[in-house]
Amino acid sequence: MKRYAITQILIVVSSLSIMGIAGYAEDKPIKKDLKITGIPKNINNPYMVIQFGGAMEACKEIGAEGKVVGPSETGASAQVPYINTAITQRQNAILVAANDPNALIPYLKKAMDQKIKVVTLDSDTAPAGRAIFINQASSEGIGQSLVQTLAKEIGNRGDFAILSATPNATNQNTWIKYMQEELKKPEYKDMKLVKIAYGNDEDQKSFTETQGLLQAYPDLKGIISPTSVGIAAAARYISSSPYKGKIVLTGLGTPNQLRQFVKDGTIKEFELWNPADVGYLATYAAAQLASGNIEGKEGETFTAGKLGNRTIGKDGVVLLGPPTVFNADNIDKFDF
Amino acid sequence: MSQDQKSTRRLASRLNWETILAVLLVIAIAGGGFLNQDFLTPENWSNLLANFIEIALLALPLSLIVITKEIDLSVASILGLSSSLLGLLWESKVSMPLGILVCLLVGAVAGALNGFLVVRFGLPSLAVTIGTLALFRGFAYVLLGDKAIADFPAEYTGFGIGTIPNTFIPSPFALFIILAIVFWLILHHTTVGRRIYAVGGNQTAALFSGVNIGRLKILLFIASGAISALAGIIYTLRFSSSRADNGTGFELSAIAAVILGGVTVQGGRGTITGVVFSLLLIGILNNVLTLADVANEILRIVTGSLLIVSVLLPNLIASARERWRVRQRLKEIAKIETVSAAK
Repeated sequence: MKRYAITQILIVVSSLSIMGIAGYAEDKPIKKDLKITGIPKNINNPYMVIQFGGAMEACKEIGAEGKVVGPSETGASAQVPYINTAITQRQNAILVAANDPNALIPYLKKAMDQKIKVVTLDSDTAPAGRAIFINQASSEGIGQSLVQTLAKEIGNRGDFAILSATPNATNQNTWIKYMQEELKKPEYKDMKLVKIAYGNDEDQKSFTETQGLLQAYPDLKGIISPTSVGIAAAARYISSSPYKGKIVLTGLGTPNQLRQFVKDGTIKEFELWNPADVGYLATYAAAQLASGNIEGKEGETFTAGKLGNRTIGKDGVVLLGPPTVFNADNIDKFDF
Repeated sequence: MSQDQKSTRRLASRLNWETILAVLLVIAIAGGGFLNQDFLTPENWSNLLANFIEIALLALPLSLIVITKEIDLSVASILGLSSSLLGLLWESKVSMPLGILVCLLVGAVAGALNGFLVVRFGLPSLAVTIGTLALFRGFAYVLLGDKAIADFPAEYTGFGIGTIPNTFIPSPFALFIILAIVFWLILHHTTVGRRIYAVGGNQTAALFSGVNIGRLKILLFIASGAISALAGIIYTLRFSSSRADNGTGFELSAIAAVILGGVTVQGGRGTITGVVFSLLLIGILNNVLTLADVANEILRIVTGSLLIVSVLLPNLIASARERWRVRQRLKEIAKIETVSAAK
C-alpha cells in the first residue's frame, strides 16, 4: 500500500513539474558561450564606452564571450576591417553602431551569409544590412522634443544652429530630419535654422565648430547638439566665453559630462536615455537571434534580462523607451 | 685569400635584404598559422590582401622616386582628391568611365606639379610634397566639404569588393600584381631603370653620363600622381564612400613599406621584390595582430618598431661587415709579415 502511494505521489509530482516546464517553454533558453563582437562608431568615445559597456554586461549575464573592437576615427570605411575580422573569427553575432548607412552593407551581408547575426544599435544601417535595430527612442520623438525644448527656452523666436556629429551618421540625419519637420509647424514660424555644423564626434573639432558658429552668426539664439561629444564641447566653449547665459544650448548628452554646465547655467535642459541599456538590449536581441529563438520579424517578442519582454516593430526596429529630460533638479540622481 | 674567407664572403653577399625579408615572411606566415587557426583560410587572405591594396599601389612608384633620392609625401592627398573628385563627378551624373579617366588625369597633373616644382626650381622634394600634401587635401575639401557620396553603381563597387572568380584574390589586387610586374620590369630590365639607379647613386655622374635627370624625375612624379589617383578610385569603390578625408595618413604607411623593403633614403638601392615582400610582411602582421584582437595603437607601435629596425639593421650589418673586413685584412697583413720574417 505504502509503495503504491509513493508511486502515485511521484507520478503526480512529476506530471505537475512537466506541466510547469511546459508552461516555461515560452521562455526559450539562450545558448551558452556565444561569441559576440561589438563595433562602436569609434573606440574612444565616452558615449560608446557606456553603451557597449552595457552590452558586455549583458554578455556576462548570458555566459557569452563578448568583446568591443573598433576604429579610432569615425570614418565610414573604418569599421569594415573589424567586420571582416569578426567574420574570420567566426563570431556568432555582431553589434554595430554604424558610421554610415550604406558603406557597411556589403560586408554585413557577407557576415549574415556566414550565419552571423547582425544587430545595429544607436545608429542604423539600411535594413538590408541587419536583422534588428535597437533604437534608443522614437527618432521622431527625439527630433520633436529637442525642437520643443529649444523653442521653450528661446521664446519661439530667433536663429539657431545644429551642431551634429559626422555628416553621414544615420541617427544624426534621422533626428535632424524630424527636427526640420517639427519646425514646419506654425508655432515655430519665427525660428530659423541657419546652419548645421559637423563636429565629427571629435571633441576638438566640435569645440572649434562652436566657436565658428558664434563668430559667424553673432545673433544666434540657440544651438541644438544631438551628440554627447558635441554638446559637451559646445558647453565647454560657451561657459568660458562671453556668450554664456546669452545663448541656449540643448541636445543629447550624458549627465556626468554635463553636470557642471547645468549647475553653472550654460545648459538648462538636455535629454538622453541610458546608453548602457541600449547596449544591453542589443546583446539580448543578438543572443536570441543567434540561439534561433527569434528571426527579427515584426511582432516577435523576446525577453531581455532586466529589461523584460520586448516586441519587434516594423522593419526590425526595437524601441528602448522614451528619453529622459535632465535639468538641475534631477541631474544628481544619475551616474553615467 | 683562404678558403673559408671565400665561402663566408659568398654567404654574406647572399644574405641581402630581400632574403632577410623572405625569411621573415615565412616566419610570419608560419607564426600566424600557428597562433590562429583561421589565419590560413582563403577568406582571411582575401581580407588581408584587400586591406593594403591602396598602400601597396602608392608604394610602387614611391619606391622609384625614393631610389632617385627624392620623396613624394603627397600621395595620400592625391588619393583623397581623386576620391572626392570621383564622388563629385558621379553625383553630377558624369558616367563612371569618364569620371575615372578624369580622376587619373587630375592625379597625373598633380604629380606633374610636384615634378615641376622639384625640377624647375630645384626645390627639395620633401618640402615641396609636404606643401602639396596640404594643397591637394585642401582641394579635396573644397570639392566635397564635409559631405560624403555613397551611391556608386553596383558593377563598380562589385569590382571593388569582389574577388577574381574561383580564387580568393581580391579583384583590385590583380591590378596591383600587374602594376608590380610592370614596375619590376621597368626598374630591373630597362635602361630607364638603370638610369633611375644611376641618378640615385650619383646624380652628378648620371648627369655627365647624359641622363636627362629632370625629365626622368618629372615622369616619376607624374606616375606617382596617376597611380595615387588610381588608388583613390579603388578605395572609393571598395568602401562605396567618397570623402575628402579618405586616405589620410596613408603616405606614412606607404613610405614605411618602401623603406622596410630595402629602398634606403640615401638613394640608389632597393628592389621592387623587396618592397612587395615588405608590403606582405606588414599586411600579415596587421592581420595576425587584428585576429588576436590586439588594439589599433599596438599595431602602430609594431609597424613603427619594424620600420626603425629596418633602418638600423642595414647600418649595423654594414658596419659589422666593415669591421670584419678590416680585421681580415689585418690578419692577412700579419700573415704576410710573419712569412716574410720567417724567410
